[in-house]
Amino acid sequence: MKTKTAGDRRAQAVSAPDFMPLKKLRALQTKRLRATVARAYGSVRAFRERMDSMRVKPADIRDIGDIRRLPFTEKADLLKTYPFGLFASPMSDVVRLHASSGTTGKPIVVGYTARDMEVWKNVIMRTLAAAGMHRGDILQNAYGYGLFTGGLGLHYGAEALGATVIPISGGNTERQVMVLCDFKVTAICCTPSYFIHLMEQAGKMGVDMKKLPLRVGVFGAEPWTEEMRAFIEAGAGIKAFDIYGLTEIIGPGVAAECPEHCGLHVFEDFFYPEIIDPRTGKSLPDGEEGELVLSTLQKEAIPMLRYRTHDITVILPEPCRCGRTIRRIRRISRRSDDMFIIRGVNVYPSQIEAALLKVEETLPHYLIVLSREKGLDQVEVRVEVTGNVFSDRISEMETLRGRISRSIEHVTGLRMNVRLVEPQTIERSQGKAKRVLDLRNAKPGAKP
Amino acid sequence: MKLKQLSVFLENQPGRLTLPCDVLARAGINILTLSLADTENFGILRLIVEEWEKAQKALTAAGMAVKTTEVVAIKVPDRPGGLAGILHTVEKGGINIDYMYAFTTRRGKDSILILRFDKVDDAIEILKKSGIGIVDRISLFRSVAD
Repeated sequence: MKTKTAGDRRAQAVSAPDFMPLKKLRALQTKRLRATVARAYGSVRAFRERMDSMRVKPADIRDIGDIRRLPFTEKADLLKTYPFGLFASPMSDVVRLHASSGTTGKPIVVGYTARDMEVWKNVIMRTLAAAGMHRGDILQNAYGYGLFTGGLGLHYGAEALGATVIPISGGNTERQVMVLCDFKVTAICCTPSYFIHLMEQAGKMGVDMKKLPLRVGVFGAEPWTEEMRAFIEAGAGIKAFDIYGLTEIIGPGVAAECPEHCGLHVFEDFFYPEIIDPRTGKSLPDGEEGELVLSTLQKEAIPMLRYRTHDITVILPEPCRCGRTIRRIRRISRRSDDMFIIRGVNVYPSQIEAALLKVEETLPHYLIVLSREKGLDQVEVRVEVTGNVFSDRISEMETLRGRISRSIEHVTGLRMNVRLVEPQTIERSQGKAKRVLDLRNAKPGAKP
Repeated sequence: MKLKQLSVFLENQPGRLTLPCDVLARAGINILTLSLADTENFGILRLIVEEWEKAQKALTAAGMAVKTTEVVAIKVPDRPGGLAGILHTVEKGGINIDYMYAFTTRRGKDSILILRFDKVDDAIEILKKSGIGIVDRISLFRSVAD
């Protein structure tokens, strides 16, 4: 039998809170929630006013189950109070600011006290330990460094675990491949779409990723699918883990996968998960699908209570085979707001992705283009042709197009026009992949 | 007997053909002949070049989807019925032609036909038996060199 190294033992100690007895966990959550509510009520005007209007006092929150009595927080609340309106700490206690890339207008701004940074470090350490990482690992951190929480969030947690961190940040893919080879990198984190881009670049440079010491990938910041995991694991010879988080709560490290790859464990000693019906706001029991709502239980700078994530998932009721007591959410494949409606049917980019991957050897480089012709919604799915699927026969290419089209129709129930495009013509993201181009409200004559 | 043909995937849009031609020009590769098949959606450029491996490398490095296929070059008498005679032979042999394209050389009176068969080895067998002149690689490229 393999003996445990000092690194393994340390990783085990790091993961200990994941295995906390449930009774103890609920008591801890209750205690922390009460402190958080008191803090938010005392220091954040917007929160106090909303609680008062609902006639709920901090003293009414006696148990973690009473969390349902609290008002929701929306992204709009952060925008309305831009930049620091929801801060509960004086700026002199805030040691770090981050901001999320807003798609329109102002970003949302979040702050961290020194103690918040410790919480963040802790959950990242537990994320990486659950992925089998330990002291001695060499981590290529290809998440963007800067205002985005990904890069620096992973950075400090990985260092605290004892890993060697290469703060390479995103971009410069050729150099990424060189570092991956030359620095004997054993673990990497970035967005899953960027990793696939790296795999392609490695292939072009004649590098066989399967022969590298790389064994673990921690991928997040965008939804991805089981099919993408299979593609990554087979193509790069690694184990791929999903990590979930959002800037409004802390950044990456809200939930992460264990080796069972069967949902993401929420670090619920710090972030309490609930599922609600997104239309009515009603709480749903574990096992039912709905919108994920998160509350921070120990954040100081921004105590975030019942934050509506717009991510659609389910809390898995069964205990995980890994023995962790903290509950799992099913991996997030869609958001209630990245859904688009075509001819009255709700479609998620993840469905298109799953359909493409079902067609053998189709690489997941695609773009969904929405347009309107004579008042009718049109969808075109652009798919890059690779050397693997390309044939010199027109008939075979048309067959491929037909197979993709049927696969999409099978998954979404909609017939979409499939256009085969040349390799490398769909823009590669250095961060989150852009999957949908909506031209329906563009001015006439705008070029796709 | 068999020749390597390179195929390149192209979108059916203005200017798409220029890129592979530029790549080959930069690599110093001469195109012996080519054919372009197109649909509403996309096109396939098929090329015969002498240094096909070098060409394939250059095109792949430029990010294009490239495929090599084995094709056969045959001599066709440059007179009415020259092609029909050959096609009858192929038809009788039960061999399917996926596509073909023709060109003439500076030397000689014959045209050269590039054929893509579904079963290339069976096709060669039948062509040989019928005495149809298959052009090998060396004489094909010599036919254009002065």
